[in-house]
Amino acid sequence: MINLSRRKLIVSGLAATAGASGLAVAAHLARKYGLVPPDHRGIYGLGETLTYASQRLLTRHSLAREFSRNQISPRPFPNYLDPPTEEFKRLQAGGFVDWRLSVDGMVAQPASFSIVDLKSYPSRSHITELACEEGWSYIAEWIGVPLSHVLHLVGVHPQARYVVYVSMEPDTWDSIDMADALHPQTFLCYGMNGSELPVAHGGPLRMRLARQIGYKNIKFINRLTVTDSLKNFGKGVGSAAAEAGYAWYTGI
Amino acid sequence: MATLGSAQLPTEARLPSSVSTVSVTTLPPRHSAIVRVTHWITTICFFALLLTGVEILISHPRFYWGETGTVLTTPLFRLPIPSSRRLVPTGYGYVLPDQNGWSRALHFEAAWIAVLTGLLYVISGLLTRHFRKDLLPSKADLSWRALLTSLAKPFRFERPGAAEASSFNVLQRLTYLFVIFVLFPLVVWSGLAMSLAFASAFPWSVTLLGGRQSARTIHFFVSLALVLFLFVHVAMVCLAGFWSRTGAMISGRSGMHKEERT
Repeated sequence: MINLSRRKLIVSGLAATAGASGLAVAAHLARKYGLVPPDHRGIYGLGETLTYASQRLLTRHSLAREFSRNQISPRPFPNYLDPPTEEFKRLQAGGFVDWRLSVDGMVAQPASFSIVDLKSYPSRSHITELACEEGWSYIAEWIGVPLSHVLHLVGVHPQARYVVYVSMEPDTWDSIDMADALHPQTFLCYGMNGSELPVAHGGPLRMRLARQIGYKNIKFINRLTVTDSLKNFGKGVGSAAAEAGYAWYTGI
Repeated sequence: MATLGSAQLPTEARLPSSVSTVSVTTLPPRHSAIVRVTHWITTICFFALLLTGVEILISHPRFYWGETGTVLTTPLFRLPIPSSRRLVPTGYGYVLPDQNGWSRALHFEAAWIAVLTGLLYVISGLLTRHFRKDLLPSKADLSWRALLTSLAKPFRFERPGAAEASSFNVLQRLTYLFVIFVLFPLVVWSGLAMSLAFASAFPWSVTLLGGRQSARTIHFFVSLALVLFLFVHVAMVCLAGFWSRTGAMISGRSGMHKEERT
C-alpha cells in the first residue's frame, strides 16, 4: 500500500510539476506573442484570454466577409445616441471645418488631420456587416482611409502594440492591437453607402473594424494615441467598455 | 521493510467483514470517473450558458432569417417579453437593466469550458469504447417494436427494471447520442458562426447556416431542444429514483447494485 501510494505521489507530483511548468511556458509564450488581452484579470479573464489568443492565432490576416451591393440593408439602424455636447454642436454647425483628428503617442511625427486631409488620402470601401452585441445586424458600404495609411504617415515606432482611440462623446474610448490597427479592413470611416457618414452613425469620423462587434466601432473619434502599454489609460483594462464590464476584445 | 510487511498482511485483515460490501466495491462503477466528472462540469456550464443566454436574448428578443435584421426590419417572430434595450419595441412600458457585459463574458467562458470538457469526454469515450459499449444500440434494439416498448414505459410510470440500472435502454442510447453528436456540435457551430472574427477565417461556418441571423435563430432553437432534453432527462432520473441515479453519477455506485447483491 505504502509502496503504491509513494509511486502515485511521485507520479502525480511529476504530473503537477509538468502541468504547472507547461502553464508557465504557455503564459510566457502568450505574453511574448501578444495573446493576452488587457482585461485578462478577474473571473472572466480565462474566457477572454482563450477567445483572444485563439482568434489572434486563427484570424490575424483573415478578411471579414464582404457582400454585394444589392445586399446592403435599405435602412441601417443607427442605435441610441446620447445628446451631443456643446462642443460637438459647435463643430457640427460649422460643417466640421474646425474638426481635427489628432494622432500622438509612440509616433515619429505627431500630427492632426482635418476631414479634408483624410479624404485626400486613397479612399477605400468595403461592404460588410455591422453586428451589435445585442443580436441585430445590418450590411452597409463603409468608406474611409485605412487606419494603416495614417499610421504610416505619422511613423509608428516599432515597439508600438496598441492604438487607443477616443471619442468626442464623454468617457468613450477604446483600443485595438496592431494586428487590427494594420488590418486592411480597419478604416477611419467618413462615408457610408455612397455619401458622408451621417452623424447618427458617428460622423464625421468613426472607427470601423469589420471583424469586431458594434460597440468597438466607436463613433465621433477625434484622437488616436499609439502606445506599447494600456496600463496608463483609464483603469488599464483597454477601453471604457471594459471598465464597464464589457469585453475589450469583441471578435466574438 | 514497511512495504513488505503490509503486502504480507492477510487479505481478510484489510477488508471489511461484510461480504455484501465486498461485492459492491469490486463491481465496476455504474459510470466511469471521466463520465462523472465531465457530466457535472457540463451541468454547471449548461446552467451558466442558459442563464446568460436568456440574459443576452432579452436585449433583442426578436429573430430573423438570413443575413441581417434590426428593429427596422420585419422579424421572423418575436418573443412576447420585455427587453433590456429602450429602442426595442416590446409593448411593455419599461426597460430591464442591461446585463450584457458579464453575461457575454460568462457565456463565452462557460462555452470554452464546456467545449474543452466535451472534447475530453468524446476523446476518452472513443478510447475507452464508452460509446460502443454503453451508447450504441444493438441491431436487435433498433426495431420499431423495441423502440415503442421502451418509449411507452415511462408513460405508464413504470420504474425501470434491474437491467436498466446498469445499462441504458435503446431510447436513452439514441437520445444521448443525438445530444452528444448532433445538438451539442450544432449549438457550438451556430454560436461560433455569430463570431465575426471566426466567420472571417471560416466564412462557410455562417453561409452554410443561411447567414448570421439564421445562425442566431438556429442557436436559439437548438438551445431550446437542449433545455427540452434537460427536462426529460431530469424527469426520467426522478422516475427511476432521483437519489440512486444521482448518487451513481456522483460516486459511481448505483443504489440498485447494492439492493441486488445484498
